[in-house]
Amino acid sequence: MKKNNSNQILMTILKGRTFIVLILLVIFFSVVKDNFLSAATLTMIAKHVALYGILALGMTFVIITGGIDLSVGSVVGLIGMLAGGLIQEGFTVSFAGVTLYFSVPMIVVLMLLAGCIIGAVNGLIVTKLGVAPFIATLGTMYIGRGLANLRSGGATFAQISGYEGLGNTGFKVLGSNIAGIPAGVYIFAALAVISYILLKKMSFGWHVLAVGGNEKSARLSGIKTDRIKILVYMISGFCAAWVGMINTAQLSSAHPKSGDGWEMNAIAATVLGGTSMAGGSGTILGTVVGAFVIGVINDGMTMCGVSEFWQSVIRGIVIILAVVIDQTQRNLQAKMALQARNENK
Amino acid sequence: MFDNPDVVLHCEKIDKIYPGTKALDGVSFDLLKGKVNVLIGENGAGKSTLMKMIAGIEQPSAGKMYMDGEEVFFKDTNAARAKGIGIIHQELSLFPNLTVYQNIFMGHEKKRGLFLNDKEHVKGAQKVLKRLEHEIPPDTMVGDLRVGQQQMVEIARNLIQDDLRVLIMDEPTSSLSAAEVQVLFKIMRELLADGLSIVYISHRLEEIMEIGDHVTVLRDGKYVADADIKDIELSWIVENMVGKNTQYHRFERSIDLDKAEKVLEINHLSLPKKGGGWLLDDVSMYLKKGEVLGIYGLLGAGRSELFECLMGLHPEHTGEIIFKGQKMNVKDVSGQIKNGFALVPEDRQSQGLIQTLDIGKNTSIASLESYRKGIFLNEKAEGEAVDGQIKDIHIKVADKALPILSLSGGNQQKVVIGKGLLTHPEVFLMDEPSRGIDIGAKTEVFEIIHDFSERGLSIIVISSELKEIMSIADRIYVLSNGKCTGELSGDQITEDTLVRASYAGLGTGAGA
Repeated sequence: MKKNNSNQILMTILKGRTFIVLILLVIFFSVVKDNFLSAATLTMIAKHVALYGILALGMTFVIITGGIDLSVGSVVGLIGMLAGGLIQEGFTVSFAGVTLYFSVPMIVVLMLLAGCIIGAVNGLIVTKLGVAPFIATLGTMYIGRGLANLRSGGATFAQISGYEGLGNTGFKVLGSNIAGIPAGVYIFAALAVISYILLKKMSFGWHVLAVGGNEKSARLSGIKTDRIKILVYMISGFCAAWVGMINTAQLSSAHPKSGDGWEMNAIAATVLGGTSMAGGSGTILGTVVGAFVIGVINDGMTMCGVSEFWQSVIRGIVIILAVVIDQTQRNLQAKMALQARNENK
Repeated sequence: MFDNPDVVLHCEKIDKIYPGTKALDGVSFDLLKGKVNVLIGENGAGKSTLMKMIAGIEQPSAGKMYMDGEEVFFKDTNAARAKGIGIIHQELSLFPNLTVYQNIFMGHEKKRGLFLNDKEHVKGAQKVLKRLEHEIPPDTMVGDLRVGQQQMVEIARNLIQDDLRVLIMDEPTSSLSAAEVQVLFKIMRELLADGLSIVYISHRLEEIMEIGDHVTVLRDGKYVADADIKDIELSWIVENMVGKNTQYHRFERSIDLDKAEKVLEINHLSLPKKGGGWLLDDVSMYLKKGEVLGIYGLLGAGRSELFECLMGLHPEHTGEIIFKGQKMNVKDVSGQIKNGFALVPEDRQSQGLIQTLDIGKNTSIASLESYRKGIFLNEKAEGEAVDGQIKDIHIKVADKALPILSLSGGNQQKVVIGKGLLTHPEVFLMDEPSRGIDIGAKTEVFEIIHDFSERGLSIIVISSELKEIMSIADRIYVLSNGKCTGELSGDQITEDTLVRASYAGLGTGAGA
């Protein structure tokens, strides 16, 4: 009995481990660096976390179905270039000889649509052509990066502000602070809530978990598994489009190399948050906390003057540790279930 | 047009063609209302295929189906379900990563507006599980349940459907205990009383005689016969299934086992159970050279654990194992294979075969060491050994480079047996070697066992089928709740003594 209780305590600790790690990290950095807990620092961290976090929300859905989306970093770059281009150069209809300038809300909608379409392409390649998700999205990653460069011939759209006379100013709102908090953080919060509801409170969430848990059974249960898979990649593309716009607005410029490697941060945050790479399990809350852990480690280490090279090494260790602990938890859970079963006999 | 009020669903000349084979050939079938419609036939006879058509999992290549006098076509499971047809699959089709209530309501979620109504899910799950006399907490993860409990969840999934008219049960009892089977039968009778019609597929003939109303026999994708159960005997079913009147015959032994030496002695073997109690409780037995020793017992009696101890999977066991007069130090599986032990595991798919490898590689995988030339594999020697084994035990293969799953269950099992034999064992352990294969293949497996025992191989066979073990074994030990409760040979071997001994260990401080 006593052993059981200690198991239970250990279990509670393990379940909340990412959160505990987050608190320990915050304490650690605030001791090492006295201005760590300042409003300015926290705002900066939140601003960065929002970017990884939004990508990780979409990634969570994809990974739960047993897939992966490597293209999100490229989508960030491509969407940034498309949005920047639309504001600065407009859209030229060559045969009519006119150039259209869209209003900012129109651009936002168009970019989100573009993100969904890229996601749908990923989903269709995976489901209809039967290409493994890793390969399919590796392909679209390269294509996306190429297209981002092609948009401007590799050049940057600098000082994106729009033109008063054309009525397309205001894009920078996405990158500025509202009531002292970055706009990206509001968007992250809103998307996290929507994701939570989708995954936890709606049939869609059950179906996503079912596809990841046992795809054949899901199909036999009448679930349209291909549709679910296409939808999760669309969600991922949708999230990446938001990040592409927020990032461009924050920098007031669009660079074709933006977002390079960010898919890895998103995957890391998702896995740190307890989503199993094998599919079938994962939570939005976990992913949010995971994104904060990644953000705090990155910014904390930078503030402490840790070199970029060592940061990379430490990030790698943290990710591997997280998965090892995750497996320990699963084993313990299995052991406790076995114990409970024996006691019931 | 078919408009018979006693028939819920009528299949008319259904064909199903898979690349290379005709799984169903002009099968007509009446699903009788309010009855247990038994479908029977050897593996590959087309029972499951026919049910897949009715449940909308697959579509017929030709032929029509009628319900209520109208032609119906099920393009997917949803279409069949809309007509009130539910199916309990042969292989469990659950989600181990989700809770009991999520599994039960998956695909038919209860909603309040756009959102899931989990309260109602939990309540509904509790209700249906109570009816099944398995009050599993609805928020338990299905992956944490015993197989028998999972089977109940699978059944519960179908019962929550309000407008259920036809329930197809494809071997629902294969992983249930005797008590659970009785609960299932009780539920089935209640469902019949509610006007439901049931299709029941099972290999356990005794069960069919108990619960069935009407039986239809298929053979090689064709309709053979149908009859009311009350008008027929077991032998009628078997006769129609195999096409000729076969009974397992007892094998004649030419070896005088009384004079044979003891190859293996097990003394006071015990294996503790996690969380208290014993999986094996002071078991002692011996095996003679060239003997076929049977181990009989109910599920959970410790039969497989005995084999696992002998193969070195449980180094924590106590007691001694004496092999050819010397005390053995059982360390690990590869050590035991070297010592001359080989195992045919119970679960062919997950323990016996490597599905991604071809037939030849599956046969040679355990004995690759013996075809080595330096650090390289001598593929010629390997190929010859495999060919020899395939010939020796009559595995029906066109080409040993074909994928293992292209074989029928019976031939897959022979590959597993062949793999074990290729290691040239002295003690051959076979855990339920006839599970899930048809009667024809069973007989062949028994012939292999007999043949090799005559050549001097000592064999231990686990079986839970009385008739089988009585036909094949020279001597039988009965295990019950981890204890050895009987040793029978010759005339002592009767169904009655075996069954009595298999219950003898229960109720004496059972479990933990």
